[in-house]
Amino acid sequence: MTSLTAKDKNTVKAFWAKISPNATAIGADALGRMLVVYPQTKTYFAHWKDLSPGSAPIKKHGATVMGGVADAVAKIDNLTAGLLNLSELHAFTLRVDPANFKILAHNILVVLAITFPNDFTPEVHVAMDKFLSAVALALSEKYR
Amino acid sequence: MVEWTEQERNIITSIFSSLDYDDVGPKALSRCLIVYPWTQRYFASFGNLYNADAIKTNPNIQAHGTRVLHGLDRAVKNMDNIKDTYAELSVLHSEKLHVDPDNFRLLADCLTIVIAAKMGSGFTPEMQATFQKFLAVVVSALGRQYH
Repeated sequence: MTSLTAKDKNTVKAFWAKISPNATAIGADALGRMLVVYPQTKTYFAHWKDLSPGSAPIKKHGATVMGGVADAVAKIDNLTAGLLNLSELHAFTLRVDPANFKILAHNILVVLAITFPNDFTPEVHVAMDKFLSAVALALSEKYR
Repeated sequence: MVEWTEQERNIITSIFSSLDYDDVGPKALSRCLIVYPWTQRYFASFGNLYNADAIKTNPNIQAHGTRVLHGLDRAVKNMDNIKDTYAELSVLHSEKLHVDPDNFRLLADCLTIVIAAKMGSGFTPEMQATFQKFLAVVVSALGRQYH
């Protein structure tokens, strides 16, 4: 179980406060990149008309995903309980293979590096990576 | 046999020719040691790795980061034969250095992040895809001689 230390949580909350105005754009960019760099992830979006970076469905869904991440930041002290409904959604309805959470997390980190090159230090990077791993674990809770 | 399009070759050579290996190498390696601390196991003889600042300023780590980038340069110059180019290096990492090949992927991810920070929005999704494809080929070649 990934354990977030108090230092990790503070780093995540402080960095999130800095980046949250850009959350929608970050989500859209990360999602768009994921579909290009990891084409197998397109299989979950066959129902979208346009899968190219910057498209309307990607922008909308990127915002949805980052809304979930914002929620996770707010519930960082108990992610398993806080993300219960989202876990059920991903497990029973969406049935996203949990391996893909890691892939999307990687692309979020790449976009954070692009958008905040000076703030995304190695120390912030490790805290955010641990946090996104913990979120992925909480999302996987209800799968089996 | 890995197939590279003309565009992919151009992307790889243009990214690498824009890099200062003395800057990017140390940044990528120190980031790897900070973000994935278990990778420090291979650098016990390098001196003080006690905290992030110590890692970032450690001269042995800096020298080694530069060496790693120059090693990648060999793949850039031999894109059609990365497997054979790295055969000896693969044996070295397996038999002498005893590096778990999963760590190659971790360092590759950190290098991607460092390049992204450097290039900003110029690091388009297409460039990211090509760069990660290149690193995946390198990682695979480095793991090939393990048994």
